[in-house]
Amino acid sequence: MNKKASIDFNQMPDAHGHFGPYGGRFVSETLIYALDELESIYRSLKDDPEFQAQFDYDLAHYVGRPSPLYFAERWTRETGGAKLFLKREDLNHTGAHKINNTIGQALLAKHTGKQRVIAETGAGQHGVATATVAARLGLECHVFMGEEDIQRQSLNVYRMKLLGATVVPVTSGSRTLKDAMNEALRDWVTNVDDTFYIIGTCAGPHPYPELVRNFQSVIGREARQQSLAQTGKLPDALVACVGGGSNAIGLFHPFLADESVAMYGVEAGGFGLGTGKHAAPLNDGIPGVLHGNRTYLMEDENGQIIETHSISAGLDYPGVGPEHSWLKDIGRVKYVAIDDDEAMDAFRHLTRIEGIMPALESSHAIAYAEKLARKMDPDQTIVVNLSGRGDKDILTVAEIDGITL
Amino acid sequence: MNRIKQRFEVLKQQGRKALIPYIVLGDPAADVTLPVMHALVEQGADILELGVPFSDPTAEGPVIQKAHERALAHGSSLRDALTLVKQFRETDFTTPVILMGYANPIERLGYQHFIELALDAGIDGVLTVDLPPEEAGEFNQQLGEAGIENIFLLAPTSSDKRQKMVAEMAGGFIYYVSLKGVTGAGNLDVVSVKQHVDHIRTLTDLPVCVGFGIKDGASARAVADLSDGVVVGSVLVSKMAELAARAETSPRAFSQAVSSLVAEMRDALDN
Ligand SMILES: Cc1ncc(COP(=O)(O)O)c(C=O)c1O
Repeated sequence: MNKKASIDFNQMPDAHGHFGPYGGRFVSETLIYALDELESIYRSLKDDPEFQAQFDYDLAHYVGRPSPLYFAERWTRETGGAKLFLKREDLNHTGAHKINNTIGQALLAKHTGKQRVIAETGAGQHGVATATVAARLGLECHVFMGEEDIQRQSLNVYRMKLLGATVVPVTSGSRTLKDAMNEALRDWVTNVDDTFYIIGTCAGPHPYPELVRNFQSVIGREARQQSLAQTGKLPDALVACVGGGSNAIGLFHPFLADESVAMYGVEAGGFGLGTGKHAAPLNDGIPGVLHGNRTYLMEDENGQIIETHSISAGLDYPGVGPEHSWLKDIGRVKYVAIDDDEAMDAFRHLTRIEGIMPALESSHAIAYAEKLARKMDPDQTIVVNLSGRGDKDILTVAEIDGITL
Repeated sequence: MNRIKQRFEVLKQQGRKALIPYIVLGDPAADVTLPVMHALVEQGADILELGVPFSDPTAEGPVIQKAHERALAHGSSLRDALTLVKQFRETDFTTPVILMGYANPIERLGYQHFIELALDAGIDGVLTVDLPPEEAGEFNQQLGEAGIENIFLLAPTSSDKRQKMVAEMAGGFIYYVSLKGVTGAGNLDVVSVKQHVDHIRTLTDLPVCVGFGIKDGASARAVADLSDGVVVGSVLVSKMAELAARAETSPRAFSQAVSSLVAEMRDALDN
C-alpha cells in the first residue's frame, strides 16, 4: 500500500494522456488536431471559476443534483452484513449518470462554437443524455447506434427521436457499441471542422478519459460528503458496474487516496467467464489498442476484437477505460464479474424489496454488493452506484418472462 | 538499400511518378491476393500496399471496411500477410511491399517479433494508421534498426509543428491524406493538395505521395503532377467487391479486373 499511497491520483494521466502503459492517443493523423483543440479548450476552462459555476448550476437545476445517498434498510436487513447505501444516479434527469458528462461536454462544445454534436450509444442512455443537452442548446445531434442495440433499446431510440436527434443505425461489424464508436470516429474525421464528438464513457483517445472522469467525479465527491454526514465516516467499500467505466471512475476517483476504502468494479460476466461469452476484459482480456487508447481488451490470438455478450447493452463493450486498466494493475481496485442470471435476480430483488428498479447495468453492481455485504460486518458500510433506472430495460425483462407488452 | 528508396531513385531518374495500389489481404479469398499482386506489378505498379484486415478499421470508408469483413470472414490475419509476402518474394525481388493496418494485430504479435517476421518475409515498409508519432517511438526505433521504413500520414489538419515532427520520424515517403475523411470519400480538392504538398516539401527530402479520393486516370494525373506519386485503394477494392458479389472465385478473373484499372492509371501518369 505504501507505493500506492505515494501516487498522486490527481496527477494522472501524464501530459500525453497515459495512465502507466495505458491510455494515450492512438488515432489517425486527421483527428489529432481535433483532440489538440479539445484539450486546449478543456485546459483553459477546467479551472475557470465561471465554467465550473455554470457546470455546477446546470447539475443542480437541470440534472437535479446532488443525488441522494440512500440507506437501503430493508435490503441491508435481508442481506445480513454491511450496511448498503445506494448512490441514486437513477434519479438524475434522463435517468442515469450519463447526463453529468454530457452537460460538461456540451459546455465545452458551446465554447468551440461548433453547431453539430455526435455520440455513440449502447444502451441508449448516453444517446438520450446527448440528445437532451443538444435540444437544450439548439445543436444538431446525430447518435450512432448498433442495429442490434436499436432492437433491444427501442424505447430509448424513440426518446432520442422525440428530442430531435437523428439516430444512425450502424450495420458494420458486430452491430453493437464498439461499432457505433467506430462509426462516430469516422463521422468525426469527415466533419471535424463543425462537429464536436461527445464520447459517453471514460475511454477513447486522450483527453476524453480524463475529462469524462472529471465530469463524473461529482458522484464520488457527493458520496464522500454524504457518507461523512450520514455515517460519520468514509465508506468501507465502493461498488460500481463497469462498461467503459465512467460511473465507476466517477464514484471511485475522489476516494482513491483513501486507503481504507476498498473498491470493486463489476464487469459483465454474460453467460459466465468460462464460456468466453461475456464483456469482462479486466477479468479475462489482455492489453491492446482500440478506439484511440491502450487498455485491456477482448480479442482473439490474431489481435482481432471479438464479439462480447451481456444482457445489458450498456456493458456490452470489449474494452474499458484506460484508467481502470491501470488501477487494476497497481491493485488499487479489484475487478470482478457478475453473470446475466445473477444480474437479473438482483434486478428483481431490489425492485421487490426496495421499490427501486435498477438498470440492468447497475444490477450487476447490486448483485456483487450483496455478496460482498454478507462477508462484512454490520458496522461497515458499502456505497453502491445505482448508475441508472431500469425503465429502459422493461422490454428485455418482459421478453425473458415470455411476455409481449 | 531499402527497396522503397531504390524505387523512388529510379523513378526520379526516369522522371516518372509512383503508382501505389492498395488491396486487402485475403479479399475476398485467400488464393486471390498473390496473383493479384503479381498482376498489379505487371501493369506498372511501383509499390504495393497490402491492407491487413482488422475488426475495427476506423479510418476506412464503407468500401474498404467491407473488404476487411470479407477477409476476416475466413480468418485472414497479420500472420497470413507475412506468409503471403514471403511467397511473393519467391518470384519478385524488386517491388517494394508495404503493410498498411492497425496497431492491435501488431501489438498482439509483439513489436520485436513482428519485425523479425517482417524482415524474413521481405517487407519494406509499415504504415500503422492509428500509431501517430507520439505513440510510435519505440516501434519506430526498432523498425529503423531493422531497416524497415515507417511510413507516416500527414493530413490537411496537421499543424506545422506536427508536420515537422512527422518529417523527422518518417521513412520511405510521406503519405499525404488528401482530404478530411475516411478512405473512398469523394471530396478531393487539388488546390489544397498542392498547397500542402508544397509545404511538406520544404520540411523533408522524402518523396511525398498522395492518397484518399483518387478514382481514375484523370484524378491520379492531377494529383501526381503536384507530388511524387499516388496511392489508389477504394476503386480497386470496389472492383474486387463487384466480382465477389457475383460469386466469382477464379483468381484470374480478379487479376484481370484490377489490371485494366491499373493500366489506365499507369497510362495517365506516364503520358
Ligand atoms: C445505467 C448505466 N450504467 C452503466 C453504464 C455503463 O457505462 P459506464 O461503465 O461508462 O458507466 C451505462 C451505459 O450505457 C448505463 O446506461
